Amino acid sequence: MLEINNLHVKLEEEDKVILRGVNLKIGAGEVHAIMGPNGSGKSTLSYVLSGRDGYEVTEGSAKLEGQELLEMEPEARAAVGLFLAFQYPVEIPGVGNMTFLRTAVNAQRKARNETEISAGDFLKLVREKAKALQIDAEMLKRPVNVGFSGGEKKRNEILQMAMLEPKMCILDETDSGLDVDAMKLVAEGVNALRGAGRSFLVITHYQRLLDHIKPDFVHIMAAGRIIKTGGPELALEVENNGYADLLAESV
Amino acid sequence: MAVLQSKHDALQARIAALSFAPQGWLGAARSDALARLTAMGLPGKRDEYWRYTDPTGLNAVEAAPVTLFDPGDEPAPFSGVDRLKIVFVDGVFDASQSDALALEGVQIERTCDAAEADIHWASALYGVLEARGQSPVQRPFAALNSAFADDGLLIRVTQTPSKPISLIYHHKSMTSDVILHHCIKVESGAEVTILENGAAAARFNHVMEIEVADDARFHHIRAQGRAHTRQAVTHLFARIGRNAAFKSFTLTANGRLTRNDAVLELLGADSVAHVAGAALGDGDFHHDDTVFITHAAERCESRQVFKKVLKNGAVGVFQGKILVKQGAQKTDGYQISQALMLDGDSQFLAKPELEIYADDVKCSHGSTSGAIDETALFYLRSRGVPLRQAQSLLVLAFLAEAISEIEDEVISDDIRQRLQSWLARHEH
Repeated sequence: MLEINNLHVKLEEEDKVILRGVNLKIGAGEVHAIMGPNGSGKSTLSYVLSGRDGYEVTEGSAKLEGQELLEMEPEARAAVGLFLAFQYPVEIPGVGNMTFLRTAVNAQRKARNETEISAGDFLKLVREKAKALQIDAEMLKRPVNVGFSGGEKKRNEILQMAMLEPKMCILDETDSGLDVDAMKLVAEGVNALRGAGRSFLVITHYQRLLDHIKPDFVHIMAAGRIIKTGGPELALEVENNGYADLLAESV
Repeated sequence: MAVLQSKHDALQARIAALSFAPQGWLGAARSDALARLTAMGLPGKRDEYWRYTDPTGLNAVEAAPVTLFDPGDEPAPFSGVDRLKIVFVDGVFDASQSDALALEGVQIERTCDAAEADIHWASALYGVLEARGQSPVQRPFAALNSAFADDGLLIRVTQTPSKPISLIYHHKSMTSDVILHHCIKVESGAEVTILENGAAAARFNHVMEIEVADDARFHHIRAQGRAHTRQAVTHLFARIGRNAAFKSFTLTANGRLTRNDAVLELLGADSVAHVAGAALGDGDFHHDDTVFITHAAERCESRQVFKKVLKNGAVGVFQGKILVKQGAQKTDGYQISQALMLDGDSQFLAKPELEIYADDVKCSHGSTSGAIDETALFYLRSRGVPLRQAQSLLVLAFLAEAISEIEDEVISDDIRQRLQSWLARHEH
């Protein structure tokens, strides 16, 4: 599904290298988790994959089903099936959540030469998906993320994911700012989307999210590289012992 | 104080070719207006309220010729609205293109026809509100309008009509120089919607005097013509009674020069005055909203909401004032002016003013200018929305607060549609 080879990235504005040769291969239907200390490059990886400005790829590639992502505009990456659930979902005053969702769904359909979804079908679909995430009609009417609580914003991200049905989902610290109940709700939303060959890359600081979204592989990232890969037990090891031992090992 | 000789000469040159008809009640009003104008002279760059907008093109003896605008296959504004259509071609009423001037609850007549009457309700309005609006800020082009208007309507609303009255200003001549003056009286308990659209002329001087009686409601939605090189100077003068409402929205897209003045007086308690505008400028575009709202009674609410989208060196100006007079307690005044700069070449000049002589009031004002929010843009694109569509969505979002001032949904959808089509024509 996603294949990242020797990815090197620096900040455009300053000469600061963030990623120093990331290699990662995610198969169809697999769930991978990336953990790592602050500043290790986890969020940068998610932004670079989704095409945010401000980063310069100096070396390497990232392919989604064989197509090079790094040369595409952000909207083209979305159209081929990439989705980033933001750590800090953006508030857009003046744009209704419903309008936003429908514009996005139809834009992707158009890019894939599919017919646009009718207003009636869209409404039905969005209501059904929103209900599972306990997103009420009022939240759908409000401007995108404006006045939403932290938990509401994250649930709204998962709703977008459910509506857009991407192939490769990246969750950037989706658990940050969530209480236990909200985290469960979000995890259930994600789990409902598992299967059908859909793959996930879950970026997190804490093992607790991985209790709910069970990963097939866990990677530890430090100083812009993946330094260790293992199964779910690796996350437990980090939870119990911190990163110090792993970092020492990798030197 | 006598005006400078040079100002005097410029004014004489400016008005030499204009026709002046001094007969009857209207003649008296015109003479008064001419006297006001002569005492003021034409505005110059040194006048406080013309510092940001150069009046040279408006002062010139002749209107600069313009290229006519071709809207292509885009429907005219308000096409989908059931309305009474009244058409002016280069400033002259055209009966053949207009509906019959008959609508239940409303009396409509041309000013030139009414001028022959010995006595007329409009004599209490024509030039009267304009004259009130000359203090403390002089508005010479409004006085010029009252003195020399070529045509115009007198509309008296006694009951609530079934549909809006739509004034359509066709523009056919490249050199037309037009002065129109309308008076509208909304009687107690009545409610009316006035629509206006069209470029009207190469140079357009427009005045509307509006009396909103106690318990009456007045709605005004205007789409100013899109001809790129046209010039327009417009004035709304309103006197608003008790428990009444005045709401005006203007969409301006293109135009080399647009100066829109609104001078509103809240004279009765518990009334509202809302004035809003959305302006879109690309290139040789100068747009100035100058608003003066006087609160002279208790518990009135006023809102000024002005949004401008500027690119390629376009200039936006906002001069907005709220004057709260002594005794106008519990006033709620709100004023916001914002510019969205789509590039680094454009300019926004804002001068918000508050002058308050009552001690129990709430007045807020804000003014911002900034670029499109890059984070929001990326967020939309990451969801698959193409760059240009995402930009348009954010521009419309920026304008939303101004558009939401329009109460009628069919009309606000029409305005939104026009904004979208402008954005599609002027892709970033």
